[in-house]
Amino acid sequence: MSLLLILEQGLNGLQFGVMLFLMAAGLTLVFGIMNLVNLAHGSLYMVGAYLAATVFAWTGSWALAVALALVGTLVAGVVVELIALRTLYERDHLDQVLATFGLILFFNELVAILWGRAALYTSVPAALAGYVELLPRLRYPTYRAAVILVGLAVALLLYVVVARTRLGMLIRAGASNRTMVAALGVNIRLLSTLVFGGGAALAGLAGLMAGPIYAVQPGMGEQILIQVFVVIVIGGIGSIRGALVGAILVGMVDTLGRAFLRPVLSTLIAPTAADAAGPALASILIYVLMAAVLFFRPQGLFPARG
Amino acid sequence: MRRTTRALVAGLFAMLVASQAASAETVKIGFITSLSGPAGVIGKHMQDSVELALEHLGRKVGGLDVEMIYGDDQRKPDVGKQLADEMLKKHKVHFVSGIIWSNVMLAVAPVVTREKVFMIGTNAGPHELAGDQCSEYFFTTSWQNDQTPEAMGKYMTDQNLTDVYVLAPNYAAGKDMIQGFKRYFKGKVVNEVYTKLGQQDYSAEITQIRAANPKAVFVFYPGDMGIQFVKQFAQAGLRDQFPLYSVYTVDEVTLPAVKEAALGNFETRYWSPDLSNEANRRYVSDFRKKFGYTPSFYGAQSYDGIMLIDAAVRAVKGDLANKAGMIAAMRRADYKSTRGPYTYNVNHFPIENFYLLKTVRAADGEFSLQIQKTVFENHRDAYYQKCPMKW
Repeated sequence: MSLLLILEQGLNGLQFGVMLFLMAAGLTLVFGIMNLVNLAHGSLYMVGAYLAATVFAWTGSWALAVALALVGTLVAGVVVELIALRTLYERDHLDQVLATFGLILFFNELVAILWGRAALYTSVPAALAGYVELLPRLRYPTYRAAVILVGLAVALLLYVVVARTRLGMLIRAGASNRTMVAALGVNIRLLSTLVFGGGAALAGLAGLMAGPIYAVQPGMGEQILIQVFVVIVIGGIGSIRGALVGAILVGMVDTLGRAFLRPVLSTLIAPTAADAAGPALASILIYVLMAAVLFFRPQGLFPARG
Repeated sequence: MRRTTRALVAGLFAMLVASQAASAETVKIGFITSLSGPAGVIGKHMQDSVELALEHLGRKVGGLDVEMIYGDDQRKPDVGKQLADEMLKKHKVHFVSGIIWSNVMLAVAPVVTREKVFMIGTNAGPHELAGDQCSEYFFTTSWQNDQTPEAMGKYMTDQNLTDVYVLAPNYAAGKDMIQGFKRYFKGKVVNEVYTKLGQQDYSAEITQIRAANPKAVFVFYPGDMGIQFVKQFAQAGLRDQFPLYSVYTVDEVTLPAVKEAALGNFETRYWSPDLSNEANRRYVSDFRKKFGYTPSFYGAQSYDGIMLIDAAVRAVKGDLANKAGMIAAMRRADYKSTRGPYTYNVNHFPIENFYLLKTVRAADGEFSLQIQKTVFENHRDAYYQKCPMKW
């Protein structure tokens, strides 16, 4: 187990983490500000992946695919918010779960009708194919390195927007006390729509970046959404900072667990027992982490003040 | 008013009786597969093939009318079991067929065969059902899980390959596949890795492969897992470094989504669209014409499943109560299979050929799998001696 290997696995964990962060950021804001549990966030991720894959296949231009996918998911998010979710803010969380679960079924079927059930073909854009030499003897796929950079840049941008701008101030205020912000004359409905659209675009960004690595197919959003919920619970609901820390923690724990848990276990217990326990334990490691966080800090690591 | 009511009720009764009389003349087939979620595309291949088989039979099975009841197991064993219960109790089906996943099959097959209803598997072949849990009422038109990787193990041994890194998802079939591979592979296995069923990201595993520096890599990643693994393997630049050998990973379902990432990949299989026999040519060309895409082995097995049921019902002249007669008929495998003629082993698993396939790019730029050679002729599974059935 060389140092370079651990470093490379760390990068893999970071890459998975920033992907989770892009999803978690939008979801946690929506939950924090609008008090809405949105299970259909994964559907917006799927829409982003499909739009990017389709535009890239038609035009061959990755830039155009990225732009259209971002705008497309933003519009989709706003439309969903205006039509379906707006009426749900005052309702019970269980009603919201039911309604947004319905949206998942709707989007999966819609995608299956429009594009078919078979997975779409996508590939890495030519400029990002191949690998970069980060250190001597440490080669890393260029595309995954780019995902890390984009993810971290978005995290920085979100931090600046939320912590340093007037819009961010309103978002933070909305997360603390929605009624009070409305009473002060802020159009909280417009703010909600904006935040929801922004969150949708972030999910779309995660989706379009996931396309070339994962299978673009109906139901792809739910596979990642489960992990995103774990991230939010760990990070604390409504907190961007919590989402970032939680996402990178989950990405690291999951990746390092899959890579190193079995070899480490086999030095402690009999190798045959480690062979059986290793993979099983690695796949539940993030849930164990979530349970531990819930036990010691039920409000998550960085709860939004409220 | 009262009289009309009475007349209506009487009429209703008559219709009920009539419809029941009619239903006695109908073969009811419950078909369980995954129709939603990421595996939904496999279910579509199977369902389309069943519909094509019914069309080829003029929508009669064994000369009787047929009623199909499709069920979506969502890749979950508990859902599969519920569907089977419903099909048995509510629909009173004569046959249950389909099933992609071994863990679902292990939950469903005992429920069905216990009721003395036929379970005609058209994909999953867990070793338990080939061995001590074999049943008179269970038949499969596919294979026992171990058989296909056994063929790959044999081929790789013949190529004098050693230092192989193997990966599979951590569930019933994954374990069977690796066990089958190791039964015939005589070289050294560097590492044996099991990943979560349905995992999306394989970067951690791929980094470990590169660090281990094997001579070759062998995987079993069906459906969407295959798309993800093969893409990420190629993107990490490993395809040029380590040749990839696989089973049920690159096929007609996943190839359109991975294309050049799978180029040069080797698979073993009992069937391929380019397998030359009359039934297969008809199946493949009519399937392409009707549905506009290339069928897969999942589909061929499901097509064969309906044809096997048709042969059974035909042999007993439509007497669905004659189960002994249908068992005897199915044991003869007396129908035109898409794989060509085959026979049944004592455990009702096929004795069949296995071929080596390679992913190639045709002159028109289309990607396809082509048969290279026959690895096994009339290959039996490794568990039939544990099956107590004698015939």
